[in-house]
Amino acid sequence: MQENRHLFIIWGALLIGVIYLARLFSLQVLDESYAIESSSNSIKKIIEIPARGQIYDRYGNLIVYNTPVYDLVVTPYKARVRDTLRLCQAFGIERWEFDSLMAAAKAYSRVKPSLFLRQLSKEEFARIQDIMVDYPGFEFERSSVRTYTTASMANALGYVSEISKKQMDEQEEPYYRKGDYIGQTGLEKFYEKELRGKRGTKFVMVNVKGIQKGSWKNGELDTSSVVGRNLYTGIDLMVQQYADSLLVNKVGSVVAIEPKTGQIIAIASSPTYDPRLLSSRSFSKNYMELYRNPYRPLFNRAVMSSYRPGSTFKLIQALVALQEGVITAGTGFAHGSAPMKCHGHPPIASVAMGVQHSCNPYFYHVFRRVLYDNDETNSFTASATGLSRWHEIAKRFSMGEKLGVDLPSEFKGNVPDDKYYDKRYGKGRWKFSNIYSVSIGEGELLTNPIKLANLAATIANRGYFYTPHIVAGIGTQDGKPLQQYRERHETGIARQHYEAVIEGMKGAVTRGTVPAFAQLSSGIVSAGKTGTSQNPKGEDNSIFIAFAPVDDPKIAIAVIVEYSGFGGSHAAPIANLLIERYLKRETISKSVEAYVLRKNYLPNYIFPRGTILPKVQERKDSVRKAAPVTVPLAVREDTLRTVGLRRTGGNKQDLKKGI
Amino acid sequence: MAERSKYVFGNIDWLVLLLYISCVIMGWFNIYAVVYTPENPMSMFDLSYRSGQQLLWIGTASILIIAILVVDHKFYDTFAYVIYGLIILALIAVLFMASDIKGSRSWIKLGSFSLQPAEFAKLGTSLALAKYLGDPTLKLQHWKDYRVVALIIGLPAVLILLSNETGSALVFASFLIMLYREGLPGIILVIGIVMAALLVITLLVNKWFVVGGIIVLVALVIFLMPKMARRRGGALTSVLFGVGMIITVLGVDFFMNNVLQKHQRNRIMVLIDPYSDPQGDGWNVIQSKIAIGSGGMIGKGFLQGTQTKFDFVPEQDTDFIFCTVGEEHGFVGALVVVGLFLGLVSRLIVLAERQRTRFGRVYGYCVAGIFLFHFMVNIGMTIGLMPVIGIPLPFFSYGGSSLWGFTILLFIFLKIDAQRPFAL
Repeated sequence: MQENRHLFIIWGALLIGVIYLARLFSLQVLDESYAIESSSNSIKKIIEIPARGQIYDRYGNLIVYNTPVYDLVVTPYKARVRDTLRLCQAFGIERWEFDSLMAAAKAYSRVKPSLFLRQLSKEEFARIQDIMVDYPGFEFERSSVRTYTTASMANALGYVSEISKKQMDEQEEPYYRKGDYIGQTGLEKFYEKELRGKRGTKFVMVNVKGIQKGSWKNGELDTSSVVGRNLYTGIDLMVQQYADSLLVNKVGSVVAIEPKTGQIIAIASSPTYDPRLLSSRSFSKNYMELYRNPYRPLFNRAVMSSYRPGSTFKLIQALVALQEGVITAGTGFAHGSAPMKCHGHPPIASVAMGVQHSCNPYFYHVFRRVLYDNDETNSFTASATGLSRWHEIAKRFSMGEKLGVDLPSEFKGNVPDDKYYDKRYGKGRWKFSNIYSVSIGEGELLTNPIKLANLAATIANRGYFYTPHIVAGIGTQDGKPLQQYRERHETGIARQHYEAVIEGMKGAVTRGTVPAFAQLSSGIVSAGKTGTSQNPKGEDNSIFIAFAPVDDPKIAIAVIVEYSGFGGSHAAPIANLLIERYLKRETISKSVEAYVLRKNYLPNYIFPRGTILPKVQERKDSVRKAAPVTVPLAVREDTLRTVGLRRTGGNKQDLKKGI
Repeated sequence: MAERSKYVFGNIDWLVLLLYISCVIMGWFNIYAVVYTPENPMSMFDLSYRSGQQLLWIGTASILIIAILVVDHKFYDTFAYVIYGLIILALIAVLFMASDIKGSRSWIKLGSFSLQPAEFAKLGTSLALAKYLGDPTLKLQHWKDYRVVALIIGLPAVLILLSNETGSALVFASFLIMLYREGLPGIILVIGIVMAALLVITLLVNKWFVVGGIIVLVALVIFLMPKMARRRGGALTSVLFGVGMIITVLGVDFFMNNVLQKHQRNRIMVLIDPYSDPQGDGWNVIQSKIAIGSGGMIGKGFLQGTQTKFDFVPEQDTDFIFCTVGEEHGFVGALVVVGLFLGLVSRLIVLAERQRTRFGRVYGYCVAGIFLFHFMVNIGMTIGLMPVIGIPLPFFSYGGSSLWGFTILLFIFLKIDAQRPFAL
């Protein structure tokens, strides 16, 4: 039988041959659809990239849109360049640039078109179009470029750029091709799928001259493109621009939220950059400059940074203690044996007073009572039990987890629980005296502006919040936000406890830790809390959270200004001005504005990128201030220019007229 | 003996030589047709174009042929394992020092030319298999013998797979044809084909339809079986077969949906069903079919093709060269090329059968199997009957490594065949 096997194999091979020939016969002779009318016609695939969605503010003002531009592509084997010099002059490029672009195109493919010059404006296109008739092999392709109505909000908007090789390899479905644009950060990245739309493919017949002769197979295989969906944000562009202006010459950020909806009204990070820098033809050069800039303008401090909450965390301490029932609204503490110093103020007789004067010893005692007021007799186990119960309530403010804001790279934050310290010190080897710095918002606590703004919104709402989000509607103005932003998160803490704390916050703004020069003259009743958190790199970070009006909160805000010092003096005036601008649509407290604009808190020492900064010693006495670092605050004008900050453009006008 | 040394070409099989020369020359003309552009006509011999470079490869291949024919046939027998070992070393080396070309790390750069050891691995493996199975005392009946065979084939295949050349690794399946001739039970071949078919079907069709289909099929087979066979356990065997098939289907489905990442899954899907990505590989197949289909009965004429010139797949002069044949020479041209390959494969099998040594026969079948596999997959892919697996069409596709590899592979066999009277 084995002897016949060679015949089986030969017959098998012949069978394959017959099948193939039959298929070839049907393709070539029988099927008419492939026999295109004339042999000089060919089929070309045209990819239609739809316009990217636009971005609007809450009043329908345009923030981001698209401008048509023209890309010049070259097909090397067709290219005939007789007068290179003339061509270079027309494009305004050097001879060597032309040569290297040509070489790159040839290296990619001789027969396929490669990008030659990107983003020629309409004017440039009109000027060059006539000349290009003399240069076969060059073609124009319509494309579009992101355009911004304002030099504001760059970090939250993000930018689009050519897809990287890594992103190409990792994409879940094969959608993007080499040279495609993709949202890289901010909203552009988070809402990439909504914004980009869906590209279409058309198969058309073209003749040798490249002129289209209609669709192929009646367009059976064509898919039409779908325009990207617009994003309608909750941003108030006037407040947004004002926030960016107030942050000039400061390192820090602002997040303002509408408490009732969770919509973000303004989100600013400073130092920032002009978004147009990253949508221009010199993207790579600009990007590298921004990337290398020691002030890290590409870093969105509002969501990516990490700070200690400082005294603002006392609000959570008070609320947890009240809810746990270990104190009442009228509980007072003397300074007693507390290891922290306090600023001069009258004796504290209530929670409200503790908040108003931000009394460190008071909250030391509050937290101590939260940890120790349980049945455990051993101080180690009592601390563990107490902290576990404390964490159970404290975590409902989402300070130690990602909120889920619609921006990429959100910082997680940290609110330690008993397991955290068990890991760190060993089980049963730590107690209140090791961790008391948590009582005043230092120690292992980590947060950032978006979380602090959310805390302000939660207190403003007296107990609940919606996850902060920028985009309030997708597709249409009255479209809905994503499902996860429609869910109400409850803290489960009784309303009267909030009222007690808010009483103290009201006091803080008018006769507490916010100094008189930073207070508003427009009669807005607001509630706020200052914070001064340790900054391992230099002068303290100034923090302020607030909401207003107290009885019907319309805005909740958090401001952080790094390297500036006391919370009430630096962050509070900025927050107050923004509240006033949002509620009154104008700036009434001119002296406060003048004060803020005058201040410059940019550190003028520069950390090279990658420098490992000394960490604060993580000891139990970490409440003690880090050794003071003298930071000369006066920064010369030229420093600013070299770091590429926005000094010009819109801002002065923004200050006066709003938009 | 005197006669042997006088004529290098003495005793050589002239039919195969003729087929070889026809293929190489037609291939060269087609490569010229691909790179030729009416706007920029250039000479066929222009070394800056691929047609000129291919001529260079053809020239060097002729020198190789003479060298192969001059060397004594015993050399290949004696040094089979050495050659195999060297190629394995080259495959390992390539993993560490190769330059990355289009995501695959399988090229070694030698000055301005690059060599792809994978193209020579088939040769080394064929020799090693022939040497191992050439032992007259060895009968392919023990599991142990198959284990060694599997190792000889599997080692280079895995190394090639590691360098991201899936297509070249799949070619190693062609040794099944030789093993079948040498006594591999036919049922294994059948199971292999059924498994491959199931894999493809599972990816394309809802798994429950496939499972249902298998159950119906098994029931039908048992029902139609002669009573005798049924009584002898035919029914049980059929049920076991069916269960095995169902397990395969569910296993493939589980692997695809639960183990693989989404993008990995997509890559496999594109391989099976190009239309799942009509803008990528699917486009290649659509365009390829258009090109071949537009050729009609007699084609558009030499250098008159349009489909294969503009905006086409990057591999138009390598993996998709058959499109140019189909477009410019029509069904007639395609018929000639298919005929050439079928003639070559059949002739090789006939030659293999007349070998006196088992070494010669095994090697001959390896060669025939490799050509058949390349022919089947490459042309099948261009007409949409096979998944897009990037392997060249022997002698037609542009490329020095592949031309050299196939030439050496073929002419070693011709040399062995020519000296058949002197063997043993």
